[in-house]
Amino acid sequence: MIVRWALLILGGVLLGGIVHLATVIILPRTATQDAYARLSLIAPVNTVVALPAPTPEKAVMPFMDPAFASAVCRYDLSQGPLKLTVPVSSGYTSVSFYTRYDVAYYAINDRAAGRRIIELDLMTTAQHDQVPEDEEVTAADRLIVESPTLTGLIAIRALAPEPGLMRVAESTVAASKCSTQQPEPPRPPARPLEPARPRK
Amino acid sequence: MRLLLGTLFGLAVAAWVGLGLTYYSLTHGTAFGGLSIESWTAWPKSGTTDADPYVRASIARTGRLPTAMGDGVSFTLSSDDDGKALDGRCEVVVSGITPTARFWTLTLYNPDGALVANSTNRYGFTSQEIVRRSDGSFDIVVAPRANPGNWLPTGGVERYELVLRLYDTAVGVSTKAGREVPMPEVAIRSCP
Repeated sequence: MIVRWALLILGGVLLGGIVHLATVIILPRTATQDAYARLSLIAPVNTVVALPAPTPEKAVMPFMDPAFASAVCRYDLSQGPLKLTVPVSSGYTSVSFYTRYDVAYYAINDRAAGRRIIELDLMTTAQHDQVPEDEEVTAADRLIVESPTLTGLIAIRALAPEPGLMRVAESTVAASKCSTQQPEPPRPPARPLEPARPRK
Repeated sequence: MRLLLGTLFGLAVAAWVGLGLTYYSLTHGTAFGGLSIESWTAWPKSGTTDADPYVRASIARTGRLPTAMGDGVSFTLSSDDDGKALDGRCEVVVSGITPTARFWTLTLYNPDGALVANSTNRYGFTSQEIVRRSDGSFDIVVAPRANPGNWLPTGGVERYELVLRLYDTAVGVSTKAGREVPMPEVAIRSCP
């Protein structure tokens, strides 16, 4: 009798371990209050939306840094690659990329960009493969980021090192843009050059 | 009948153990791969695609966006150097220097990640706002009542967390606790 119950408990605990691992793995896909879901309520797709500064009463997400002005671009690459431009403020500006399930896969800051403006193209691996190689070479200064998922989030943040500089940081963030690129019209086939006339 | 009862009992144990473990691991922050320096802890991997399932689940549950690797690293502190939980009714001194970074911010949150209301509307400091000694070190007094110097008000809440975020820093996944990463010391000065 005791052995029987002990076995049942043991079996239950082992099964419990499996339940635990399964719930941990499934949780991100079923969470209804994760950052992406919270931002979906206020951020339309493929546009930059400035986030209100966090206050004790209200914040879009927990653990937001109050020293930053922030904005998000919730993207959907199914219509084509996305073009992102972020002007750089005097303090510190960063752009972080997250997948649909809030995993950060890339981030760049103003110093790494090395210019007065952070300019990049976001596309899926499949879309990147379609970019003609010569075009990629001619646009060597163009930064291409590959998104592992079709949808996701871009967080644009500018630091106000002092409260008085918050206005500047906010305007930096507000001036950034993200938009789907219009698919380029197919180029007409190059005509063969006319043979040079033989000189007489 | 006995078989049915036994199966039900076994399944109940499984559900209780499984969900209990999940709840505990996500609410008590028992994720792996943390970088602990003194009482500060960071999960540099949480800002990368190498984030483990526990970190991912915890991020989804709280609804925050993790600090991405190329952006910075965030260290959390919920107890002082002696392991005593931070109490908003006490005077706590955060002193010393920070690892090299272009900017850092220190922010006070309640355990749910919300800012704490106070009369001066100060929720944290940036590295540029801090008053320092001539050797570059600083003291921040985290206390319910006004203090001279760098005063971070607690609003008198019972529990709070301090988050130190280093931006554009070399501290990251490969960092080991040691001399290169001097974290500020945390000590309770007085408690009512």
